[in-house]
Amino acid sequence: MFSLFKGLWIVLRHAFVKRVTVEYPEKKPVLPPRCRGRIILSRDPDGGERCVACHLCSAVCPVACIALQAAEDAHGRRYPKFFRINFSRCIFCGLCEEACPTYAIQLTPGVEMGEYKRQHLVYEKEDLLISGVGKYPGYNFYRVAGLQIEGKDKGAAENEQPPVDVRDLMP
Amino acid sequence: MVATLHIDGAAYSVKEGQNLLQACLSLGFNLPYFCWHPAMHSVGACRQCAVKQFKDEKDTRGKIIMSCMTPATEGMRISIEDPEARAFRAGVIEALMVNHPHDCPVCDEGGECHLQDMTVMTGHVCRRARVRKRTHRNQDMGPFVNHEMNRCIACYRCVRYYRELAGGRDLDVFGWHHHVYFGRQVDGPLESEFSGNLVEVCPTGVFTDKTLKGHYARKWDLQTAPSVCVHCSLGCNTIPGERYGELRRVRNRFNEEVNGYFLCDRGRYGYEYENSDLRLRHPLRLGAEGPRPIPSAEAVSYVAGLLRNGGRVLGIGSPRASLEGNFALRALVGAGRFFIGWPERERALVTTALRLLREGAIRTPCLREVREADAALALGEDVSNTAPMLAFALRQCAMQRKIKVAAAFGIAPWDSDAVRLVGQDEKSPIFIATPCGTRLDDIATRLWRAAPEEIARLGFAVAKALDPDAPEVPDLSDEAKSSARDIAAALREAERPVVVSGTGAGSPAVLEAAGAVAAALRRLGRNVQLSLVLPECNSAGAALLGGGSLAGALSEVRKGQVDTLIILENDLYRRLNAEAADALLAGVKHLMVLDHLANATTARAEVALPCATFAESEGTLVSQEGRAQRFFAVHPARGEVRESWRWLREIGMAAGQSEMAAWQTTDDLIQTLSQEPGLSGVKEAAPGREFRAAGQKIPRQPHRYSGRTAMGADVSVHEPPPPEDRDSPLAFSMEGYQGQPPAALVPRYWAPGWNSDHALNKFQGEVGGAVRGGPAGVRLIEPAADAPARYAAEIPPPFQPAEGQWLVVALHHVFGSEELSAHTPGVAQLAPRPYLGLSPEDAQRCGVGEGDPVELAVGSSVQQLPARIIPGLPRGLLGLPAGLAGVKVVELPAGGRVRSVTGGPP
Amino acid sequence: MSDTARSLVTIFAVLLGALTLAGGFIWVERRLLALFQERWGPNRLGPLGLFQGVADMIKIFMKEDWVPPFADKPVFVLAPMLIMVTTLASLAIIAFAPGLVVADLNIGVLFFLAMSSLGVYSVALAGWASNSKYALLGGMRAVAQMLSYEVFMGLSLMGVVMMAGSFRLTDIVAAQKSLWFCIPQLPGLAVFFIAGVAETHRSPLDLPEAENELVAGYHTEYSGMKFALFLLGEYVGMTVVSAMIVTLFFGGWAGPLLPPVVWFLVKTLFLMCLFIWLRASFPRPRYDQLMLFGWKVLLPVSLLNLAVTGAVLLVRGA
Repeated sequence: MFSLFKGLWIVLRHAFVKRVTVEYPEKKPVLPPRCRGRIILSRDPDGGERCVACHLCSAVCPVACIALQAAEDAHGRRYPKFFRINFSRCIFCGLCEEACPTYAIQLTPGVEMGEYKRQHLVYEKEDLLISGVGKYPGYNFYRVAGLQIEGKDKGAAENEQPPVDVRDLMP
Repeated sequence: MVATLHIDGAAYSVKEGQNLLQACLSLGFNLPYFCWHPAMHSVGACRQCAVKQFKDEKDTRGKIIMSCMTPATEGMRISIEDPEARAFRAGVIEALMVNHPHDCPVCDEGGECHLQDMTVMTGHVCRRARVRKRTHRNQDMGPFVNHEMNRCIACYRCVRYYRELAGGRDLDVFGWHHHVYFGRQVDGPLESEFSGNLVEVCPTGVFTDKTLKGHYARKWDLQTAPSVCVHCSLGCNTIPGERYGELRRVRNRFNEEVNGYFLCDRGRYGYEYENSDLRLRHPLRLGAEGPRPIPSAEAVSYVAGLLRNGGRVLGIGSPRASLEGNFALRALVGAGRFFIGWPERERALVTTALRLLREGAIRTPCLREVREADAALALGEDVSNTAPMLAFALRQCAMQRKIKVAAAFGIAPWDSDAVRLVGQDEKSPIFIATPCGTRLDDIATRLWRAAPEEIARLGFAVAKALDPDAPEVPDLSDEAKSSARDIAAALREAERPVVVSGTGAGSPAVLEAAGAVAAALRRLGRNVQLSLVLPECNSAGAALLGGGSLAGALSEVRKGQVDTLIILENDLYRRLNAEAADALLAGVKHLMVLDHLANATTARAEVALPCATFAESEGTLVSQEGRAQRFFAVHPARGEVRESWRWLREIGMAAGQSEMAAWQTTDDLIQTLSQEPGLSGVKEAAPGREFRAAGQKIPRQPHRYSGRTAMGADVSVHEPPPPEDRDSPLAFSMEGYQGQPPAALVPRYWAPGWNSDHALNKFQGEVGGAVRGGPAGVRLIEPAADAPARYAAEIPPPFQPAEGQWLVVALHHVFGSEELSAHTPGVAQLAPRPYLGLSPEDAQRCGVGEGDPVELAVGSSVQQLPARIIPGLPRGLLGLPAGLAGVKVVELPAGGRVRSVTGGPP
Repeated sequence: MSDTARSLVTIFAVLLGALTLAGGFIWVERRLLALFQERWGPNRLGPLGLFQGVADMIKIFMKEDWVPPFADKPVFVLAPMLIMVTTLASLAIIAFAPGLVVADLNIGVLFFLAMSSLGVYSVALAGWASNSKYALLGGMRAVAQMLSYEVFMGLSLMGVVMMAGSFRLTDIVAAQKSLWFCIPQLPGLAVFFIAGVAETHRSPLDLPEAENELVAGYHTEYSGMKFALFLLGEYVGMTVVSAMIVTLFFGGWAGPLLPPVVWFLVKTLFLMCLFIWLRASFPRPRYDQLMLFGWKVLLPVSLLNLAVTGAVLLVRGA
């Protein structure tokens, strides 16, 4: 019985403390770097596209709003021929970032993406690709993958032996 | 014999003597394996399928055994879940993964990789090894197979498949210990026409599909449907996959009775014509400035107008079009005015073949029965080029002897290393008589190279040697007599001999001779079967439908009886020589052509209508076995492309043929079609459109299908509803019944934990056996039980090489001879350049060297070709590649003359 | 001015006043709740966000007037009207100021009880006609809850009636000249207040629409204007209950300096704010707890109150 009135009193007291609401357009909140907002495609430290078009982000996307097509350059390096995110469907769950084996796709704290036309919410690769490494500096998938690409011969990746000479008879 | 097997304490019944791995997989257990393959059996190399065996109930220690190498015996006790066995298996995977590269995101196998599946199954997650990974250089293996040797886990499946099953010689294993290298001695295209199966045989991404690489999509992103190969008459079952409206690849669809686990490269890689720039996408009307696109409605009403105004119309169907298309055309123009678009000689050959099968007492075997035969005689047909999977089956037939020899030593057929060791060089008797060398020659017990008539005579002689009642072959050489006696002796020994022939040699006498050999064996009480190769994917279906040949059509045209000619999926310039085709087309006022690709015939069409390919439509094909099989649309046709029967129906309805209005769906058409004599089984080929599995349609897209809300967003962000399929029980959607549908409707193989095609294990009643849910396809031709085995009366005279007069025979090529597959860049690359084949003796006599230009005259057709010297080609014969682009069309075999352009007249 | 014209003007004044108050109170409630929860609440539209209610109304007017295909259409449409009619009818007997009353009935208290009982039909029919399980469950709860609390509500007022000696509200206000009944009738006030919260199914006794178990209870299937009627009905109901408490226990319009109507409104608004304060503070009880509390606590208390009042009056009168 007394606790009821105590509850009322506590609630009343809360009416006179500082507000927690941030009045957004006038005052911009500082979003933490891991905040899940606008999706970008990053580049590796050497400036190459990080995305290798493995299709894992599109597979994991629960609203199926990522579509891409893999292509390969003359030296065997994979890249997406097109990479499209339909942000009018995106729920910013971050599963694509989690699935990405190369740190290419990242969610950034950008949240101001409103458009008056839904069609403008469809982002192509040109709109997504940034020129930096994003949240993950230093990683370059092709330095650990066994695939041969331009500028990296077989056996030149990290933790690899030089290619085997099959005609060698030494034990 | 059934044995009781105790697995982890529970009792199961299994086939006694079967290896434990197969038994466990058949029972539904998930047991990892690498070197074992249902078609290649056990060698016990990878140590991955370890289980624990206990002596009896009291034994708790047990011992680790390799399940693939251990036969199941009565009362046997094993444990799959035993911690020690599990740790053993995990250890094996960990060791295999030590050198496996960090490649999965960029590997084409990713998402359908057996190694991925098995790694997850054993629970290995972290590479503890601190050694550096070994690497290998790759090889260029031609247009079909990509090589990435770093990924190899040395399971040896590739070389076992390539060398033992497919008979290839140019892929082998080099080096030793963990440096073993699976490749060719030098870079270069793989020689075997079955090289594409390496992609499916390899448990990881060493061998991947190079055509898929050009337009890559993951397995989970492919829309797939059950389909049937259209590139030869065998009707192998396939699963084509589509993404973004384009065909991306073709995979094998297991049909125990037909192709089993494998496909030939023409079937696997020939699909790219579907994406060709030559595809017709709009109805075209020929004007003064060339063809221009017109709306569908205008095209239909224009053609219907021609038909309605009392126009005399003639229809030319096609042996490469589905039964439905041909039937619709026949219904539109009337049975009397419907002609199958093949030359008279081809019609005669196919009807002869069909008569032998329908009226004779001899059964035509499915490919499984050929694989299981214990002797074979190939008469006149180069099956390695005209029906490659039949050649593949004959290779398995050759191995039957080894299994038989091994069985005498008590070795199970699945113990493949032991069978090979005991069998040594033993092989089933296989006799091949062809005009020219074939790629099957290495398994032949005896070869015979001769002109088609001589081959026919040899066949009749064999029949005579088997059965004294058979007609005598006059003027037979001693050599032929002794050969015939040898062949007859070997065939008489066999329990299940098979006689293979076909239309490839172009001689009805060869077919009759093959029939005679089979009849003679039948009279001896042997369980003989007769397999006759036909020219095209629906030759048998077209012949069952009836109708005259192009000669009949030409005579109608000559009589001036034709105003409008409708040609269905047929390029007459491939069937007739240019003059004859010109004459036929010039004789009609209006020409309408329906086809997928622009060709010489569509170029002359007043109206050309774009029709759907096998991947965009549903239809039925009848294979050379007489098996009616349904193929389903993999993706909806884009734009104004539609099924040929739908075009014909619209034209018919607009022209006042009201009965066509009842054909709302393919099923309605099939219903009408199956009232034709001999075609009543067609509607049983696959479940009809009303079929539902657990009340639902069968989805063409896997449950992981991605990008639905983005793939069309570049055009419009408003997603259209998925296209509706009113023709079949399959849906262009990822929603529906995800379990196992009937065999004829299986769109893909996937099971939880089994992302690779090895998920097929879960679809089969017994692993390696038939897929559950009934047969896929239905046989339309069965021999009459009491039909007498008869002999043909006419035996051709011997072939005499005459001075100045040559016999030109057709030489078929697996790549290049078939019309549609030739539009695939890789196939075109491997196709031979035009040539004229001469025997070395003749070449020497005429003074013609390799590559010298020679002029060939057959009738009025004269063409200049480079000479190619073909060892083994009999004297007096010239070989002209069949169906090859750049070679003028002549009806073969035919007499011809040659003139060396550089030298004098030979 | 004739009597008819006078009562017409009164009716319109009361209707306009009550509806505006109820509508405006939606904004007050949202701001107050925000206040208690350390937020701002609607503060964007107009000064202090006052036009939020207008914007909401425009939005709700624009909504499609939709009836679910599985619903019983006539009843479905009737239910929200019923609640508006009964709550608005109750307003008729409330005396806002001397002379400012639509119908100064001599059975005013009984009329209020009758009207609030009729309100049950609206909720029950809405739950039934929606033809969906959540709505039906909500409707069932509402009926049981409202019928039960109706009993104590009536009984708790009888003390006041006995002390005033009349059912007419103006008489009751007059009887409080010397002492507001909230002092002698404190138990009655407590019971009536709790019953009033239950009767208008306001939080914490909003079990018929408990959103975490019944989605929205009896109005799950409602949208657009019909939903707005339920919402408005709830706020008008709250106004009526508050006005009744003011009239019966807090001396009605009586007060120094300010005009009587203003006093009445101030007291009513204060009580309405109390409703919101309760909502911000208390969690919802379990359904069985609610029913037990009613029958085992409130009923005895109101009966005891009645008996004691009677006894005191009897002793005094004697």
